Parts: sequence; structure tokens; C-alpha cells
Amino acid sequence: MRGLRLRPALVVLSMLASTSLAAAAAEPIRIGAIFSVTGPAAFLGEPERNTAKMLEEDLNKAGGLLGRKVEIIVYDDESDTTKAVTAVDRLIKRDRVVAIVGPSTTGSTLAIIPKVEEARIPLVSCAAAKKIVDPVKKWVFKTPQSDDLAVKKIYTHAKNAGITKLAILTASDAFGAAGREELKAGAGSSGVTVVADEVFGPKDTDMTAQLTKIKGTDAQAIIVWGTNPGPAVIARNRTQLGIKIRLYMSHGVASPKFIELAGPDNAEGILLPAGRLIVEEQTPPGHPQKKILAEYVKEYQGRFKQPVSTFGGHAWDAVMEVAQAIKIANSAEPDAIRDALEKVKGFWGTAGEFNFSPEDHNGLTEEAFVMVRITKGNWEILR
Amino acid sequence: MPFSAQLLQYVFTGATVGATYGLAGLGFTVIFNATEIINFAQGEFVMLGGMLAVFALRWGGIPLPVAVLGSVLLVAGIGVAMDRLTIRPLRGRSVIALIIVTIGVSILLRGGAMLVFGKDTFALPPFSAGGPITLGGATLLPQSLWVAGVTLLALVSMKLYFEHTLLGKAMRACACDRKAAALMGISVDAMVTLSFALSALVGALGGVILAPITLTSYDVGILLGLKGFAACALGGLGNPFGAVAGGVILGVLESLTAGLLSSGYKDAVAFVILLLLLFLRPAGLFGARRAERA
Repeated sequence: MRGLRLRPALVVLSMLASTSLAAAAAEPIRIGAIFSVTGPAAFLGEPERNTAKMLEEDLNKAGGLLGRKVEIIVYDDESDTTKAVTAVDRLIKRDRVVAIVGPSTTGSTLAIIPKVEEARIPLVSCAAAKKIVDPVKKWVFKTPQSDDLAVKKIYTHAKNAGITKLAILTASDAFGAAGREELKAGAGSSGVTVVADEVFGPKDTDMTAQLTKIKGTDAQAIIVWGTNPGPAVIARNRTQLGIKIRLYMSHGVASPKFIELAGPDNAEGILLPAGRLIVEEQTPPGHPQKKILAEYVKEYQGRFKQPVSTFGGHAWDAVMEVAQAIKIANSAEPDAIRDALEKVKGFWGTAGEFNFSPEDHNGLTEEAFVMVRITKGNWEILR
Repeated sequence: MPFSAQLLQYVFTGATVGATYGLAGLGFTVIFNATEIINFAQGEFVMLGGMLAVFALRWGGIPLPVAVLGSVLLVAGIGVAMDRLTIRPLRGRSVIALIIVTIGVSILLRGGAMLVFGKDTFALPPFSAGGPITLGGATLLPQSLWVAGVTLLALVSMKLYFEHTLLGKAMRACACDRKAAALMGISVDAMVTLSFALSALVGALGGVILAPITLTSYDVGILLGLKGFAACALGGLGNPFGAVAGGVILGVLESLTAGLLSSGYKDAVAFVILLLLLFLRPAGLFGARRAERA
């Protein structure tokens, strides 16, 4: 009984002890991270985890932030929304982080937003969907280019080539479904019409049925929205069926893996909007983004012996923006970091130039994308 | 593209994909016929067949035919190991317990493949060069002919094996009544091991010939296992012909739904038809014999 009565006192005591410890200068600044390192979304989470750990080392080598060491605590949500919620609880309550980067997927991000809002911890998500920051939520930011920017880029490109009738073929996962919504919503204002609206399962192994149906319509180009391997299968099926009209893809396939899977012959001529990261070597030396891209590519590939992907870049942007905000705020308190994030302007990340503001928590424009064409198994920037 | 050509294209597509399901289904049939176990690691055998061939090419620089053959034989070996290490120690337990063991093995194989091969998707080069073949306005990849040919060959040899060889008959006897089979001098253990080897072999064969068309990754086994099982259920469990026919029917249904109705409801429509069929004919389309055996 004695022990039981003592327990509350002990809890209060330990809480006091930990707050006074946090105030001490020697205590590291803890930034939390949730990535899908394993499971179906591992292609996103693995490079993101690698990048975050690499930056932790780099920041500390450069003397840390505000004279304190930086500690990035990464949890794997195993591509599972429920596990992301458990991880965010642990980060907030046990690890007492000052900011959180990630999660990798839209589903996990949407699931943890209520938690970070309640705990008043800033979140910089690495997931794509526009609805994460639209409408603007006080504590939530994101780094990847939104779907609507990619859609706008494609529609403008098609319109300039005199194409007005389009067929869309989207994956039935979160990424594809969000793309489908934006494609249908943006068509009217861009002056194009969607004449066929087809869907494929993310694990499907043959899309000739959908393509045959599209072939029977008067579509002048096809837009495919999905992540590997589905779009690679579509590229192969397209050559099989002898479809000659233009094929646009989303930024979701902007990795060398796509060309490898589809085969250079089948990928030839495919057009897509992409961040400048994958076409780093074609970016002119004078470009303001060139330096950070070249450094990131060199360091990542040197250390992990694998090609960079756009996704690892999203984590680079998220971590460095939090670091930037800590510097601007000259404080590592969550609310000060949040306020400072809205003051991050003219910040060149891997995705483009970020200009955050109280009205815009993504901070990117259509300029973050370039249109690229796959030519002889390589990316070629289009003017 | 005229409507008749479109229709033909849907059938070609469906039949190729359906052959995939059928080959996965054939493997279920072999083990079921010898042990009454439904082996949920069957999809993993299919995955391993494709993945091992891909990596033999990448790491070993082995010529394609050798890689293909080697990977199929290696997977057959894994099938034997699975029986020896996980099924035989539990001999005498209920069939349900053993089925649960196979689910465990499938998770283990999938996890192992993820660690060894990584999480990426890979492609295998096609077995024969050449562009698509045009037939009645529809097109067909040369690899689809390989799929059709190998599936037919596997099916015919299965049928002959189970119905016309002593070994095949002995295997079926084990499933009917273990004790009686043992009393007749059949080594039940050897038959079970053989059935695992055979079913792994058929599964891996499917994985290897499909990898050039469908691409492969560590987690393709889940879906293939599920669809293969559906194909078996549709065609009647235990009947090799039923498994392949069931697979092709399922594939064509999916492709026709995608083409004529809506690609969004492709899987749903195929499974609704499967359910309806099973309500009307619980033993499957070609499974009449099964009813009297039970």
C-alpha cells in the first residue's frame, strides 16, 4: 500500500526532473520521424530513413543547431496507418520531440494530424496528396509537390501541342485515386476533356484490357497515374497493342527503376513532369538549385551505393526546413518552430523553391516541375 | 479497332493472365491430392521461381535457360525442405493445424525473399525475341505462347501422372486413406515429400514463365496464391484440369469486365461470379467426383 501511495509523487518528481533536463543546454534537440521503411510503401520510406540519418550526422558534424546536438528518432510504421498513430504517440509522449517529419504516405499523415494538433507539435509530411495542406492546418506542412501542380503541368503541355481529348488510367490506390480526382477537377479550367476514365489495381499484371478500351475511343493522349510496377506494365502493354498516341505519366514513376522495368524500348517517348533531382546532371550549373542537388546526389550515392530517388529528397527537404526554422526562431520550442516554418522563404530544396506562408504550407509552384521525355533509356528535359 | 477485334483482345489478355492463376492453382491440386492440405505457401513458390531466375541472371551471369531450369529445380528443393522441416514433424495433427503451418511458412519465405532480394520489382527478359504477333486484329506477345504451351504441358503431364502412373495413383491413395495406403505398402512419407517437390516445381515453373510478362517482386505471391486458390475453388479442388480451366475462366471474366463494364469493378465482378457459382455448385465446375469422396 505504501508503494502505491508513493507512486504519484514519484511520477511528478520524474516529470520535474525531465523538464529541467530538457532546459539544460547539453540536452540534444530531438526531431521525430515516421517513415514506411518496410511494407508496400518501403520504396518511399527506405530512402527517406537513409536521408534523415545521413542529415543527422551532417548537422552534428557542422556543430549541431543552436550549439546543441541534433537527434533524429526514426520509427517505421510498416506502411500501416495504425502503427503510424502508435509511433506518433511515442514520439510525443516518450521521446518529447520538438517537431516531426514524415510520414511517407498520405493515409498515415491524415491519421496522425489530430494527434500533432492536440499536442501542438509541428509536422512536415513527406506525402504527396494536396488535401494534407488544403485547407491549411496550423501545425501541418508538407514537402512533395502536390498532385494538382503535376496535373496542371501535363495539361498545359498537352494543350500547347493541340491535344484536347484525353484518356486517364489511374491506379486504385491512394496516390492514383488522388491523381484521378485532380485530373477530373482540373480538366474543365485547362480546356481539355477526359473522354475515357479507366482504373487498374496497383498489383495488376496486365492492363491490355483497359488500353484496348481506350484505343476504341477518340482520345489523343493517355495519362497514367500510379507508382511502380503498374505504369511499367502499361508501358509494355502499350507497345504490344501498337498504341501510337502520346503517353503521359505522373511524377510517381520518376525513378530509373521505371525505365529498367518497362525496358528502354517500351519507355521511349513517355512524357512526365518530374522534380529536378532526377535530371540533376542536365540542370545548368548556374541554376540556384544545382548546388544542393549535386551535393545530395553525391553524398547519398556515395554512402548508400544506390541511386537517389525523389522520395529521399522529400525527407531532405523536410529535415532541412525544420533545421532552418530552428535557426530562424533561434529556439527549439515547438510553437516557435511552427511560427518560423511559415517564415521559411526562398529556400531551395530538392523539390524546388519553397516559400511557406500562413496561407501556403506546401510553398511550391508549378515551376518545381520540369517536363521530361524518356529518350533512349534516359531522361531529357524539354524546353 | 473494330469491336470483334477488341473482344478477341480481351479474351487473349484474360487467357494469359488466367493461365497464371491456373498454374498457381495446379500446385494447390498436387499437395491437396496427396495430403488434403491446402498449401498457402504455394504463391511463394511462384514468387521464388521468378525471383531466383532473375537473381541467377543478375548475380551469376548464368545464361537464361540454365537460370530458368536451375531456379525451378532449386524451388522444388525448397518444397522438399518445407515438408521435412515443418510438415513431417507435425504428422498426425489435424489438417487445419498443418494448413496454418503453411501460412507461417509463406510469411517466412516472403520475409526471407524481402531481406535477400530487396523490395524492388524486377523483370526477366522474354524467352524468345520478336515483337507482338497480330491475330484477327488483336495482338499477342510471343511470351504468351510460351505461357500457354507450358501450362498445357504441365496440365497434360499432371493428368497422365495422377491417372496413369503407379506413383500418381499411390499419391492419390494417400489422400483417400493414409492408413489403407500404408497397409498396401505405400510409403506415405515419401509420397507427401514428393507432392511438395512436385507442387513447388509447378509453382516455380509458373513464376519463371510469367516473370517476363508480369514482372516480379518479393510480394507477388500473396495475390497469385489467392487467385490460384480461387481458380481451384472454381474448377473443383483436386482436379488439375479444373484448376487450369478455373484460372482461365477467372482471367477472362476479369478482362471482359474491365473492357466492357468498368475496370474499377474488375476484381469485384469476377469474385461475385465465383461466389454465385460456388453457391450453385459447391464442389466447383468440374468437381463432381469430390462430392462422393467426402
